[in-house]
Amino acid sequence: MSTRLANGGRLLNKARTLEFTFNGKRFKGVEGDTLASALLANDQMLVGRSFKYHRPRGIVSSGAEEPNALVGLGEDARFEPNQRVTTTELFDGLTCASQNHWPSLEFDIGAINAKLSRFLPAGFYYKTFMFPRPFWKHVYEPIIRQSAGLGRAPRDRDQDSYEHFYAFFDVVVIGGGVAGLQAAKAAGDAGAKVLLMEQTPHWGGRAPVDGGTVDGQPVDKFVDGIVSVLETMENVTLRRRMMGAGVYDHGYLLGYERVNDHRPDASGPRHRLWRIRAGQIVTATGAIERPICFSGNDVPGVMLASAVRDYAVDYGVSIGDRTVVVTNNDDAYRTAITLKKLGLEIPAIVDTRASGGGALAGEAIELGIRVENGKGIARVKGKKRVEAVEICVQAGEGAALEEIRCDAVAMSGGWSPIVHLWSHCGGKLLWDEEKAMFRPDVDNAPTGADGQGFVRCAGAAEGHLDLADVLNGADAAGKAAAQATGHTPKRSKVPVADNPKEAGIEPVWLMPQGAGVKLRMKAWLDYQNDVKVSDVQLAAREGFESVEHAKRYTTLGMATDQGKLSNINGLAILSDALGQPIPQTGTTTFRPPYTPISLASIAGEARNETFQPLRKTPMHRWHAENGAYWEPVGAWRRPYCFPKPGESIEDAVQREVKATRDSLGLLDASTLGKIIVKGPDAGRFLDMLYTNMMSTLKPGRCRYGLMCNENGFLMDDGVVARLDEETFLCHTTTGGAESIHAHMEEWLQTEWWDWKVYTANVTEQFAQVAVVGPKARKVLEKLTDDDISAEALSFMGWTDVTFGTIRARVFRISFSGELSYEIAVRASHGRAFWDMILKAGAEFDVTPYGTEALHIMRAEKGFIMIGDETDGTVIPQDLGLDWAISKKKDDYLGKRAQERRHMSDPTRWKLVGLETLDGATLPDGAYATAQGNNANGQRNVQGRVTSTYHSPTLGRGIAMGLVLNGPDRMGEVLEFPKVDGTVMRAKIVEPVFYDKDGEKQNV
Amino acid sequence: MSEAVSALDGASHEGFVRVEDMGLRAMITLRGDLASATLRKAVKAAAGVDLPEARGIEVAGDRAVAWMSPDELLILGAYDAAQELRDKLEKDISGEHALVADVSDARALLRVSGGVGAREVIAKLCPVDMAPEAFGPGQFRRTRMAQIPAAIWMPDAQSVQVVCFRSVAEYAFNLLRNAAAPGSEAGLFI
Repeated sequence: MSTRLANGGRLLNKARTLEFTFNGKRFKGVEGDTLASALLANDQMLVGRSFKYHRPRGIVSSGAEEPNALVGLGEDARFEPNQRVTTTELFDGLTCASQNHWPSLEFDIGAINAKLSRFLPAGFYYKTFMFPRPFWKHVYEPIIRQSAGLGRAPRDRDQDSYEHFYAFFDVVVIGGGVAGLQAAKAAGDAGAKVLLMEQTPHWGGRAPVDGGTVDGQPVDKFVDGIVSVLETMENVTLRRRMMGAGVYDHGYLLGYERVNDHRPDASGPRHRLWRIRAGQIVTATGAIERPICFSGNDVPGVMLASAVRDYAVDYGVSIGDRTVVVTNNDDAYRTAITLKKLGLEIPAIVDTRASGGGALAGEAIELGIRVENGKGIARVKGKKRVEAVEICVQAGEGAALEEIRCDAVAMSGGWSPIVHLWSHCGGKLLWDEEKAMFRPDVDNAPTGADGQGFVRCAGAAEGHLDLADVLNGADAAGKAAAQATGHTPKRSKVPVADNPKEAGIEPVWLMPQGAGVKLRMKAWLDYQNDVKVSDVQLAAREGFESVEHAKRYTTLGMATDQGKLSNINGLAILSDALGQPIPQTGTTTFRPPYTPISLASIAGEARNETFQPLRKTPMHRWHAENGAYWEPVGAWRRPYCFPKPGESIEDAVQREVKATRDSLGLLDASTLGKIIVKGPDAGRFLDMLYTNMMSTLKPGRCRYGLMCNENGFLMDDGVVARLDEETFLCHTTTGGAESIHAHMEEWLQTEWWDWKVYTANVTEQFAQVAVVGPKARKVLEKLTDDDISAEALSFMGWTDVTFGTIRARVFRISFSGELSYEIAVRASHGRAFWDMILKAGAEFDVTPYGTEALHIMRAEKGFIMIGDETDGTVIPQDLGLDWAISKKKDDYLGKRAQERRHMSDPTRWKLVGLETLDGATLPDGAYATAQGNNANGQRNVQGRVTSTYHSPTLGRGIAMGLVLNGPDRMGEVLEFPKVDGTVMRAKIVEPVFYDKDGEKQNV
Repeated sequence: MSEAVSALDGASHEGFVRVEDMGLRAMITLRGDLASATLRKAVKAAAGVDLPEARGIEVAGDRAVAWMSPDELLILGAYDAAQELRDKLEKDISGEHALVADVSDARALLRVSGGVGAREVIAKLCPVDMAPEAFGPGQFRRTRMAQIPAAIWMPDAQSVQVVCFRSVAEYAFNLLRNAAAPGSEAGLFI
């Protein structure tokens, strides 16, 4: 069993006990524990079930690479699935639960899959659930969904806060081990602005556990010393609990800081995502130990040798009383020596190398540990816990020589440099035959805009496993990074390290080398996804030769750990099966993030009230206080209507239209785009932008215009007012304000750069109020002494008017067909002006109206609406707007396009009015059917509804639509099938339903 | 002028630094040839300061001139002087090809103040290097603040002013308020 030792635990403060619960059971840990070490101290080795076969799984590592020990952490608004216990710092009151089992961790029904494993080979899902096709949706998918997946999605809204932080450094060093510290020091000494980040709460990385001396003192003393020096350097920033998540183009780097995971009750954000621009990046991310593939290597109690050592040294936890060490390199001897010195039993070190190990092996033998060279483990005995191992000859097929009772196995298949961050942005790798590892190819670094590399590696991440090499390489990397960012490195001496000389590694991809199929089927490559040696071999036999294909077919290296333990072993097995060298197989792609980061940290500030900017007009508050029913228009919120208490939306809209047509309505039109275009060439410029002629417009007058894109399609419309000889004010649609301004600037900056035109978007400078209805002039005349009579301010004219103390510009334009003024005042006066009109209009029963009444009134008049009558495929000619297309101009944007054959095709659907025979309202978007079916067996169509409303003015449904040869078919009746199977019939009519001669707006 | 109301109507919040509405200011957009002697003279006459360098701002009392782009300046002054500023500029530059527009009411002006923490609040929201050696009084940045356009400058070493569009003033205020929440100091500049 695993337990807390009386001594040891360099990271612990045993004076402070912390309580936590796992699956409802109460446990005790101490300050400094990770959740993993605390669980192990309580003999909770079994922490989860595997993904496919639901096999019992225990903690296998001590760091970010952990594939098995994932838990659902926290509860309710703090619940988060798939959290690695190895990287979770223990805090008082922590609650967590294991995943992927039912009904309980100890007794799991899904484990029956394991009994069926012979029938669940690689690619099982692809092979099995193909036929019959309809079964997928109703039978297979629900069952697979039930059984698949790791953790559960949280149900409650996350109660914590998250944020981003933008930072800029000359040199960013990722990884606070010996290499990272030395690299940061070297770069900092040169004067570079340095950030050093470490994902754990502790500096020094593995070195304090692994030992060795630097400059004659123990390495942990060296770490303490260099950290205290770095802390005093003003140009060096040190951050712990911060992971380098991803490296992107141009030195962009994501740092994931877990600010408060370890103290959930502290104020401040839970996670902070650092969005960093780095001149140079040094990845000192260390290396990950590889498991060895032998039968039963997934039984709880089988662990990485380095992890066993970490738990003993860092947390004072022993995994078992009797630990068998199995290795192909010298490093695992450190585990044996450490445990032995702590008074624990090492029944044997099983070393696959016939020639045995180096100096450390000598030390182990001196301590009286039995070392078996040239041997391997044939199989592990035990189900939920290791009970014994069978020793065999590594070169053989697995015949047991001897059974050794033990309760833990510490394995080491060698070390793989963590090359993820190097690779994210295109750094290449080399296969190092001697060290049996992929390491960075320093001549093929990720390159920046200048073609030079911007990522360097240091320490184990560079492929160095010897402390002296680590320090030398890191110092060089730090200095080079500083130099590359314009600093002059100091000629300082590199600290001198001393470490026992190690014998070389001997790659072992399968144990024993000739393991038969029975052993291979229990030799796990990927613990998390239940991929075995036999699965990868099957994939190879079935033709999945590319490592990327084999990954997806077998699921090797997928899910939360992305194969941190399994990838190299898996591709070695694949290479062997394909009979090709490892470098030829290559690796799968390393993609950010290095380990999963919280989605909330990516969202940052974009949640709740700051999820998205909401644009508000100066009258917004009045609308809110007066019961506005809102409609989103772009990022704006506009009142759709103002229902009175007890009134339905529909009734409110009808009331607003009637009141406006009968007397006086008020619309907040502030959202309309307003762009000033000025200069000697402004007229010429607008003649190119609009389909009609704008240069002939007289100052003081307004003109409606259409804007097309260069493909001829109608993109925006609005009224242009000429302010003076050189200045125009262009009104755009609400949604078009920014895009049309950008459109104008693009043409001015790229095509007509020599034209003398300036533009300015003044949309928000003005609050704009449409005062509409027969009483419009009367109410305004109450408020001003200026002359706004029909003669002084005629239809399509504008003038400056003062209302009380408020200066305004009044445009006499109408989108409703009524007598109408659009009045622009400075936005800061908008609310005051709105209140003024409401007060003055009381005697006329002034009625504020919303966007729907606006829409109905324009439809009654047959005015088009961008986005209703247009959808990006409609040209002005389709809408009968030929009158607004100048024949006199040589050119305008879209002219050439509109002459193309498809655009001038007489069979293009054209705008008409539609009047239902029974007065009902057509459904929006309904199609008019034609005879016969098309090639896809669908009913042929001959038109569609673009706008449809119940008109309170006419007391019936009115609609506009695009219809084949429509204008030539007045009076014809079309059929519009509804989704309920019934058919509506509507007559083709003129699109103008109300006041065809425009008498009302022209009074 | 008593009826003029800023979008935030004087809102303020105390976090680890103070966030507040600065009310209305005159803001005049001037587009033209910044090398033109007439234009430079007109700006100096109107604002009382020389033209700023690229990405800079020149301040004198309540007047200032900020560099917006290679052909655009923003001239600031007291809100009540907006009309006068605009008319004067227009008159002095007439004859040149230029555009003068009053945008005083199109904007919201906020201040984050009370220490070097103001830098951190901005650094959480804007992709700008807010380190003291990279950004300080005299400099001006048009940038992005979370999801909206904004411009920032530092009137002194302890505070940052933010200009954004009026319609998103509340969003901007909420962003800054949340970023200034006590306990959320990143500790990079503090």
